[in-house]
Amino acid sequence: MDYATLLQILDSTLRLGTPLLFACLAGLFSERAGIFDIGLEGKMLMAAMCSGAVAFLTGSVWLGLLAGIAGSMVFAALHGVASITFRGNQLISGVALNFLASGVTVLVAQRLFGQGGRTPPLAGDARFNEITLPLTEALRPVPILGPLYADVISGHALLVYVAILCVPLTWWVLYRTRFGLRLRAVGENPAAVDTAGVSVKGLRFAAVAITGLLCGLAGAYMATALQAGFGREMTAGRGYIALAALIFAKWRPWQALGACMLFGFFQALALRPDVVTAVVQVKIPVPFLDALPYILTVLVLAGFVGKAIPPRAGGEPYVKER
Amino acid sequence: MDRLPKWADVVLVPLVSLILAAAISAIVIKAIGQSPSEALKVMVEGSLMSAYGWGYTLYYTTSFIFTGLAVTIAFHAGMFNIGGEGQAQIGGLGVALACLFIPWPHWSIALLAASLAAAAFGAVWAAVPAYLAAKRGSHIVITTIMFNYIAAALIVYLLVDVLRPAGQMDPATANFPAATDLPTLNQIPILNLFFEKKVPANITLFIALAAAWAVWLILWRTRLGYQLRAFGKSEAAARYAGINPTKMIMVSMILSGALAGLMSVNNVMGEAGRLLQNSSEGAGFIGIAVALMGRNHPVGVVLAAILFGFLYQGGAELGLWTSIPIELRIVVQGLVILFTGALDIMVRMMLVRIFALFHKAQVA
Repeated sequence: MDYATLLQILDSTLRLGTPLLFACLAGLFSERAGIFDIGLEGKMLMAAMCSGAVAFLTGSVWLGLLAGIAGSMVFAALHGVASITFRGNQLISGVALNFLASGVTVLVAQRLFGQGGRTPPLAGDARFNEITLPLTEALRPVPILGPLYADVISGHALLVYVAILCVPLTWWVLYRTRFGLRLRAVGENPAAVDTAGVSVKGLRFAAVAITGLLCGLAGAYMATALQAGFGREMTAGRGYIALAALIFAKWRPWQALGACMLFGFFQALALRPDVVTAVVQVKIPVPFLDALPYILTVLVLAGFVGKAIPPRAGGEPYVKER
Repeated sequence: MDRLPKWADVVLVPLVSLILAAAISAIVIKAIGQSPSEALKVMVEGSLMSAYGWGYTLYYTTSFIFTGLAVTIAFHAGMFNIGGEGQAQIGGLGVALACLFIPWPHWSIALLAASLAAAAFGAVWAAVPAYLAAKRGSHIVITTIMFNYIAAALIVYLLVDVLRPAGQMDPATANFPAATDLPTLNQIPILNLFFEKKVPANITLFIALAAAWAVWLILWRTRLGYQLRAFGKSEAAARYAGINPTKMIMVSMILSGALAGLMSVNNVMGEAGRLLQNSSEGAGFIGIAVALMGRNHPVGVVLAAILFGFLYQGGAELGLWTSIPIELRIVVQGLVILFTGALDIMVRMMLVRIFALFHKAQVA
């Protein structure tokens, strides 16, 4: 494998890792506050459809982005009502919302555009176009680092950089703000937070709303940057891969970046089976590369690659003492 | 919160959930510019008003009974098996291997062997997450989701690279030999008076009903069932009573996986006659809705499976005759799971208020 191919694969890694990263950070906020969310997939799908449809209808990717976030937030609110207000089973609520999203997106897209549940292709200002970072051409002659900067780091949609910036931001919010401290506390010991006079429900709803926001970004990126428009089931299990990455990262932001980029790398490799074959000298079946993130997650969950301990109050509805 | 009378809890809670789901579905249909009453008419006519329609409804029902029972038996032991989909597909692999490579003299022996293979393959696919949950403390829900994806990838690999006959384009196994064709309902004496045309519902329906009876027997008439339910209610109490948690997790998940695997006898052997990609077509997930709707009781599961059979056949008819997309049935499925599984406390709270009103009226 030559350097150019490697750069190409790293470029797709960043591209494919971005939606995972948004969704993974989304799950991080929710689960750190004690609300399991296996509905990341559904929220992303909803956001992808809303953003694709609105971006096409208005011709503005920014309005599309807002619509995507709004669509995702509605589903987040439903999850919040079911699992916080009515103390329902969080896992079942997530499963239900995934099905709901899977059906509703196709129904709405079909009603609006009549193209078999897709939105029409987006172009121009209706998409997030690639940004060329400054000094790209000037630095290109620098050996090794020049092409790396020009071909991998530069030339992505704005949301890719936003996703990367979300990592330190998440770290800062979680570990350096009062809100973050309380958020983590409510996921470990909600009774203590309640005793301190802070609303458990309020904190958890805030966390679920942040989850909705970030899933909205993930879905909007899928429909308006990674691809040009919404297609049925376009998230293709990315919500679950993000969940896997979250466990792999043991619910920590920087590790989440690493895990998402690793899983993005696997997805990029699955697109280039020829390269994989050339490197390992054995024909590796593509389905195996597709399954690799899931297999790794199982190994992590089983504690073979370091033990993953979830937030202690995760999945438990909080009943206030009377 | 006041308690509801038992009959209300068993009958009214699922019924109200269903009505809520139906009402929201009607709003969705209205919102996409179609007529809900027209849609209902098409669904009922296409699935319940002809023997042919019933032939399809019961075919779907058969699959859903199996996957619904799979979720039910795991639920009673406190396990949420969301991996029915993967277990069913791997069960389909068992069916395919049993049918393809052994020349069976008669369908009845083939059926027995294929059922055993389906159950065994499904059980193994559930046993791995169960073992990891029992021994390594992994979360059963996440692991079984992961195993759905791993199963799908494994099946794709086997169908594309291993089991596909030379010269065939589509990723599928060869057709099973004719001796493995299961009798469909129109070929069974007495029933053929009703079913005149060829229908996909087949003899597996009776295996499904027998499985429902067996699950009831295991759960409520055996020591094992008692232990499973006790473990599901309170792990600490069960442990104190000398019940082995590892055994409970393993047994419940193995039975669950075997039931999910068994559904593949219905679709792979009874209908398609070969193993295709994504053979279970989401039936594993519908098992969750069926189990919740059926209040985790075999009788309820059978009734809910008929309801979902109607929904699936009716939904297919909608896709054929109206411009309502077939995906409407996924919306209904999601709503049913939401109301019966996640918002059940809300439904109960509503009912408690209504009962309190009646009570007051009676006293006054």
